[in-house]
Amino acid sequence: MEHYKMNLTLKVWRQKNHQDKGQFVTYQVAGISSEMSFLEMFDVLNENLIEEGKEPIAFDHDCREGICGTCSMYINGRPHGPWQGTTTCQLHMRAFKDGDTIVVEPWRANAFPVVKDLIVDRSAFDRIIQAGGFISVNTGNAVDGNTLPIEKSRADESFAAAACIGCGACVAACKNSSAMLFVSAKVSHLALLPQGEPEKHSRVLNMITHMDKEGFGACSNTGACEAVCPKEISLDNIARLNMEYLGSSLTMDK
Amino acid sequence: MGLTGLFLISFLVVHSGINACIWANDHGEMFNKAAHFMGASVVIRILENGLFVGFIIHIVQGFILVAKNRSRRKIGYQVALGNRGSRWYSRSMGLLGTLILLFLVLHLYHFWTPSRLGGYFNIHELQPVAYENGKEIHNLYAEMLQVFQGNSPVVLIYVLGCFSLSFHLMHGFQSAFRTLGLHNQRYVVIVKTVGTLYSIIIPLALAMMPLSIYFHWVN
Repeated sequence: MEHYKMNLTLKVWRQKNHQDKGQFVTYQVAGISSEMSFLEMFDVLNENLIEEGKEPIAFDHDCREGICGTCSMYINGRPHGPWQGTTTCQLHMRAFKDGDTIVVEPWRANAFPVVKDLIVDRSAFDRIIQAGGFISVNTGNAVDGNTLPIEKSRADESFAAAACIGCGACVAACKNSSAMLFVSAKVSHLALLPQGEPEKHSRVLNMITHMDKEGFGACSNTGACEAVCPKEISLDNIARLNMEYLGSSLTMDK
Repeated sequence: MGLTGLFLISFLVVHSGINACIWANDHGEMFNKAAHFMGASVVIRILENGLFVGFIIHIVQGFILVAKNRSRRKIGYQVALGNRGSRWYSRSMGLLGTLILLFLVLHLYHFWTPSRLGGYFNIHELQPVAYENGKEIHNLYAEMLQVFQGNSPVVLIYVLGCFSLSFHLMHGFQSAFRTLGLHNQRYVVIVKTVGTLYSIIIPLALAMMPLSIYFHWVN
């Protein structure tokens, strides 16, 4: 693979706090290696800013290996940048070329208020999980893998849904700021397994009710969420969620 | 939206089926008889009221949904995701629906109003026509000729209305099934294929009706 250095122009959203109006600020970065990750490029930019006595750009990051769901940049109009099925931390600078201008924005949704610069408050997702995204039965000690028979295809579907890292790219990309892909992944992941069966009705009702309360929009099945999801969570989960919700709301009293 | 949408989709099959009678090329006899049946039967008149309710719920709920969803993002993006994530018509259901509503108002004014309310409120009555049994029925076909023949702006609006309908259905057909929970891969493929064909064939058939009259392809 070709290694090269590049000079870039960055247009980055800067906002002091939630109350601040915020604005785009343009920066020049030179000598960026194509081997760097996008976040490493931001580290270089921040070191330059600190050396110049300026405030570094605040951005979320943690594991930097694509599994924690913390990084959250809207790069050139796409959550997590131009690569398919990739988080911002796993996006490498070889996705860009010398002389490119890159526009970096925070996730935009009322339910995800900007905390500072590119950091948004995604605790709404935590509260949705707290509303029902768990199993409260006592599972006891760890049992042998094959003690509880589970059909292979269901286990695979459940695992694919469980891959959701809760980054919020689905909300960021959706024109309605809907969190349905996230909620559907969490509901599907548990609803497909026998352990999730006992609480499946109350789970889906509580999580949907809380999703609405947090101010996310309604799903109109445009498919933008699936297209940008770094874990490629399928839109089919939303249809499954709709079915679970329909069944539960017809049979449950609350 | 999904339930009312599917109800309206089923209505379109009936509507285009009856209108297709103009292509019998019998000076509108088959079409007038079919239109008379739709107006004379008590069952169908009751269903007509259900259809109005379906339309109203779909329209009102649609406007509320679009307004609510729009309010969920007060600050927009500098660079839009656009077609990289979804089709333009999937994102424009509100706009396409509004265009269809405007067309619907004109369409009701042209045909439904004189057919059902003719003679009242200064609305002109449709001409009578009698066939073999001597019973007079509305000559709705003559009204069609009058509305479309030599009237290119109206024909153009009807064709544009059918374009809007086609793209509205292109998303709406399969989305309605997804809203109701369809996620079996085999059926999803069938619904998508049928939906695409439906979204092309039905609006095309509907658009061909004013065009057939305008260009004198039918007598």
